[in-house]
Amino acid sequence: MWDYLVRLYHKLGSPKWFYEISGKWLPWFVVPAALCLIVGAVWGLAFAPADYQQGDSFRIIYIHVPSALLAQSAYIMMAVCGAVFLIWRMKMAAWVAASIAPIGATMCFLALITGAIWGKPTWGTWWVWDARLTSMLLLLFLFFGVMAIQQAMETEENAAKAGAILSLVGLVNIPIIKYSVEWWNTLHQPATFKMTEKPAMALDMLWPLLIMVIGFYLFFGAMVMIRTRNEILQRERKKNWVKKVVQEQAAK
Amino acid sequence: MYFESFADFIAMGRHGFYVWLAYGIALAIFVFNIVHPMLQRKKIIADLKRRERREQQKRT
Repeated sequence: MWDYLVRLYHKLGSPKWFYEISGKWLPWFVVPAALCLIVGAVWGLAFAPADYQQGDSFRIIYIHVPSALLAQSAYIMMAVCGAVFLIWRMKMAAWVAASIAPIGATMCFLALITGAIWGKPTWGTWWVWDARLTSMLLLLFLFFGVMAIQQAMETEENAAKAGAILSLVGLVNIPIIKYSVEWWNTLHQPATFKMTEKPAMALDMLWPLLIMVIGFYLFFGAMVMIRTRNEILQRERKKNWVKKVVQEQAAK
Repeated sequence: MYFESFADFIAMGRHGFYVWLAYGIALAIFVFNIVHPMLQRKKIIADLKRRERREQQKRT
């Protein structure tokens, strides 16, 4: 098992290997992602019962919760890639981190905006400066900061290093987001998913939510691969195998 | 189906504006996430092809 992991790690460090294998993996992410998102959205919009307090506005949950979860997971993955780059100098890790940043930012933005849209009919206001919303806004700025730093530095090496350090520092924000609804008074409702308790939600509301979460994560996986493949082509352009890939693309 | 008619479905019990706005923005963000890397890839490949051609001209 350990040997297998070590071998996988070394393979993942090889851009050529990743480029080839990700081309094969992509359909296995794209197709289930599309299915989950379509089924989840239709189920959530048309078949799940309305909430007895919030009415139909609660259907925004099927976008809000998956995007908020994914934004935080994406941030953690980006920071882990940054750490791998800093410790073992693995170039691939830096490229994956650079691919995660813009997708994470869009997911964080989606969570914030759907939260605001949901807040208006539910709380009577688009925005409050409470801990949950503010820490989530900070997450968005952290994503922007990492993206800006990755593009601002002179050399590729320094850009990846600075981006990795900022993403690791920003990691303290993640537990703050998670516990903000417990530590401070807030309008925001408590977590929908809890590891230790049975969910309070009715099952016919919960199923579409689970399907949407899976769909969001699969979509994210596919998009990270596509962006990382772009990074590889760009950064490894002097390599012969990349030239061959480009020629084959040109022939089409 | 939870709703009695298509009009009910669109109205979302007076919350139609909020629900459809949220889903519309989500759709736009998903489309952006798909289209942006595809355009990027096209640009990179066109750029690499141009470089390759220039190098070949230099050699001859």
